[in-house]
Amino acid sequence: MSVQKAAYLQYVEKSAKKSPLVLDCTKAFFVGGSICLIGQLLKNLYTGWGISEENVNALVPSSIVLLTAILTAIGLFDQLAKFGGAGTLVPISGFANAVVAPAIDNKAEGWVLGLGAKIFIIAGPVILYGTLASVIYGVVYWVMGLL
Amino acid sequence: MVIKLKQKVSIYAHAAVGGKEEYAGPLGKSLDYHDNNDRFSQDSWEKAESEMQRIACNLAMAKAGEELPQLLLAGDLMNQCTSSSYGLGGFELPFLGLYGACSTCAEGILLGSLLCDGSVDRAGLVTSSHFCSAERQFRYPLEYGCQKPPTAQHTATASGAFFVHRGEGIARVERVCIGRISDGGVTDANNMGAAMAPAAVDTLHRFFSSTGTRPADYDGIFTGDLGYEGHRIVCDLMRELGYDMGDSYTDCGLLIYDRQKQDMHAGGSGCGCSAMVLSTHILPQIAAGKLRNVLFMGTGALMSPSSVQQGLAISGIGHLIHLTKGN
Repeated sequence: MSVQKAAYLQYVEKSAKKSPLVLDCTKAFFVGGSICLIGQLLKNLYTGWGISEENVNALVPSSIVLLTAILTAIGLFDQLAKFGGAGTLVPISGFANAVVAPAIDNKAEGWVLGLGAKIFIIAGPVILYGTLASVIYGVVYWVMGLL
Repeated sequence: MVIKLKQKVSIYAHAAVGGKEEYAGPLGKSLDYHDNNDRFSQDSWEKAESEMQRIACNLAMAKAGEELPQLLLAGDLMNQCTSSSYGLGGFELPFLGLYGACSTCAEGILLGSLLCDGSVDRAGLVTSSHFCSAERQFRYPLEYGCQKPPTAQHTATASGAFFVHRGEGIARVERVCIGRISDGGVTDANNMGAAMAPAAVDTLHRFFSSTGTRPADYDGIFTGDLGYEGHRIVCDLMRELGYDMGDSYTDCGLLIYDRQKQDMHAGGSGCGCSAMVLSTHILPQIAAGKLRNVLFMGTGALMSPSSVQQGLAISGIGHLIHLTKGN
């Protein structure tokens, strides 16, 4: 890269308007915390109904996923995410939105080549590398058991 | 290379169509047609964009009366420029497809004017961009929740049609300056203003030095869609070259929306942005005699989703047309 371009990039980087980090982090903290609070309330509710702990642990994330899918479908989730940022991305709601949004978006190209092929276009890497990481973890776990 | 047209070539009819946010913006009331749910009665966003082009061309034809264009030049942001081909096929006119990214409006008027300077009597230019189809192609699915940095711009849902002919009209095309592909090394697709600014500066600098004029000689200088970031960078870089851009310089991306109220980050972008501002703001001001000597430059980012993912620098281009009051 030429000196001129490097200088230009430095100038662009330095003068570009930055995101308000403190404000964004504060919003993310409260939005993310609220989602977790909803999860905890659901857990208490389900436990109160006499559901076993094992089932409650599966039901709570499923409920958040369902809620996110509905909010995504009616067009509210992206507005919440615009406000909350990482607060909606980090809990399982972010993952649910990343699957439902492309599903809605690509329906116009058909059920197979549109929705079917593109549903994991954002969540795909998480699934692939998540699975890969769990395999590596499993191997490490197994080797440590041998020692 | 600045080309001075030998014949008297003018824009004689134009029309603009926009979506909900564009109608809500400061220029919305001057649109010829708008649709409040951005769908234009179609079942996909791509079809909606084609329909916008069809409506815009139809409305301009209604204004042109019997003086219909002999050929159409058109382009958009979609892969293979399908918004143009599907939108304009029904007119059964000779058709030339263009790709100049967001500079298409200026590129098309420039080419149409040069054709009319030669052997063609009347030529039409149609262009469009749609926020939803562009988001799908270039960024994320519409309902995907994410935040954009303050430097990001909003692709305008708008279409414009402009007809030029040899003779009198609303605004005369005096001179044109074809842009050169130039990149400043910017790879961030969320800062298109910075990516395109060097190309805009290159064209402006060549135009001013070739014609021996200065920014103060014009009562309006409009770049296409550099937004807040790009506008500021152009002012800075031009100052380094010894030109004060002054108050008459603004950017269509800054005019199309109320950036604060509509939360549009760095402003508008897309082929439709400069087309809509030209049709709803610049040409009416020229017609009313409020502007008499105007530079209008379309700015385009010549990139694709693949080129951005492969980390290539985003090239820009700026095509300039010099418009004066017709009569």
